[in-house]
Amino acid sequence: MNIIIPLISGLIFGFGLMISGMTQPGKVIGFLDILGAWQWDLMGVMGSALVVNGIGYAIMKRREGPLLSGFQFPNFKIDLDRRLLGGAALFGLGWGLAGICPGPALVSLATLKVELLTFVGMMLAGMLLMNWLDSRG
Amino acid sequence: MTILDLNPVIGGALIGAASAVLYAFQGRIAGVSGILGGSLKGEALNWRLPFLIGLIVSAFVGSSISDLWGIDDPFVNTAPRNLMTLGIAGFIVGVGSRLGNGCTSGHGICGVARGSKRSISAVIVFMTTGVITAVVSQHVINALVTD
Repeated sequence: MNIIIPLISGLIFGFGLMISGMTQPGKVIGFLDILGAWQWDLMGVMGSALVVNGIGYAIMKRREGPLLSGFQFPNFKIDLDRRLLGGAALFGLGWGLAGICPGPALVSLATLKVELLTFVGMMLAGMLLMNWLDSRG
Repeated sequence: MTILDLNPVIGGALIGAASAVLYAFQGRIAGVSGILGGSLKGEALNWRLPFLIGLIVSAFVGSSISDLWGIDDPFVNTAPRNLMTLGIAGFIVGVGSRLGNGCTSGHGICGVARGSKRSISAVIVFMTTGVITAVVSQHVINALVTD
């Protein structure tokens, strides 16, 4: 059960990404490029996802813990800091360059296209670098 | 072509549902950069690997979904980029998502859904730089970033 839930979540998440068109970088760029022929798709995806997830969160907020025993809700950080905002600024820069972010990139790996392999390979490199820098304290 | 294409809304609802399920049952955040980044550290692989496997394997059902849903190709790209640009973009996305502790799924869908000030701020920031970069990529340096 503990493995099944994340597995199913990942599967449905992937289906959602494909059906919503978010695995098409052109649609992401189409949304972000406000000077071009604007595509509303990403806004629709986000809005819909937020509504559904928001309802789920609102229901769970009343509970002490998750539905499965032995699990806890996380302690969330509250304060804004430069890491958060600097990181977000960088993330947006990378995202706006190619219209690809981690989720869709992983789903698209199945195509084995060299474009995706390049993106994912370098994304992993960037993550590994950050992990390493963080571990050095 | 349909007048009102509801696929984004339907797909978004599935993404939201997937996130809600993971949180409701196990109290975990469906933020792909966090799950991937944490996996690279070898942490909590017992749930992170299944999620990533689900995500990757979902694509193998992709062609069936396309047939069912009437999408031509879930992976077509009308804004192609050359390999150098893709490599740079990927690297920056990797660094930025780890530095910022999240991405479009972690902050945009999970964090904003619970009204997190951190996530809302992150989304505003990355949407801003995302828009600026996309506009520049498409209209200023387009020749540089495409083949």
